[in-house]
Amino acid sequence: MASKAACDPSPPPPQYVRPTVSGAAKLLVVGPLGVGKTTLIKTVSEIRPLSTEAVMSQAGARVDHGGERTKTTTTVALDFGRMTLDGELVLYLFGTPGQQRFLPAWRELARGALGALALVDTRDLAASFDAIGQLEDMDLPFAVAVNAFPDSPGYGEARLREALDLLPRTPLVVCDAREYRSSVTALIALVTHLIDTAEPS
Amino acid sequence: MTGDWEERTTPAVRPYVITGGRSGGPAATLPWETLVRAADAAATAGSAGLQPEHRRILELCQGLLSVAEIAAHLGQPPSVVQVLLADLIERGLLVARPPVPAAERADVTMLRKVLHGLESRL
Repeated sequence: MASKAACDPSPPPPQYVRPTVSGAAKLLVVGPLGVGKTTLIKTVSEIRPLSTEAVMSQAGARVDHGGERTKTTTTVALDFGRMTLDGELVLYLFGTPGQQRFLPAWRELARGALGALALVDTRDLAASFDAIGQLEDMDLPFAVAVNAFPDSPGYGEARLREALDLLPRTPLVVCDAREYRSSVTALIALVTHLIDTAEPS
Repeated sequence: MTGDWEERTTPAVRPYVITGGRSGGPAATLPWETLVRAADAAATAGSAGLQPEHRRILELCQGLLSVAEIAAHLGQPPSVVQVLLADLIERGLLVARPPVPAAERADVTMLRKVLHGLESRL
């Protein structure tokens, strides 16, 4: 598994952010397992995607066996990548699993996030409902990108919007997460929407 | 297609010991994208009172890295790394850029910079 490899105890030496960079921003890439979050991040990232473990529950049951503390916590591995933009800004992309039980990790990550790209696989639309619902609950602006797999059924845009219950202003784009231009174009659609949302005309 | 995530249960003892059970004050809530690097003073400052994890962070941060990248390289959860980074910032051994967490929701100027940067990639 890629995330296993990224968790290698001896990751490659750090690739430092250029000293000319004066600030950082982050976007979330959300969606169900296998929808292509890590693929998209890998496609656009200038570093090999890294993985970090978010602690899911600090309040695990603690049982003492003869003085031995056996408190456990559940963690979730989040893959992320980085893009340096115009030499002065770094954009971090965090892959965030969509399932409801990962909500605590979301809250931490969403803090300060500009917005989110929700990836959808048309072979299993229902799997994306959790992620989209959570973005709406957190009031984090987002765009939807359909990651086109070779055997994906070709729904029309109207049917997809209806199935996903999207607001008319939420962008819906089709992308191929393996393709650089296609993935960057999806991110551009998201950021354009974020500007429109922040600055209503 | 490879796995997007991995869920597992791990003993919490080590992170708990590293942070001394602290969850940190306001400075320990640096967003994951905050960039930090070792301060010039770190090269000459004594290491009295520093834990091995603090020293590893200073060794790692010879250039700019984000909180998330430091966590990934150390193999520690960001919640632990945030506390350690806050210790180092408080001692003047580490500097954050920007020095304080940016606004909760970025302004349009930031968004336009991101848009311009992405468009220039095509």
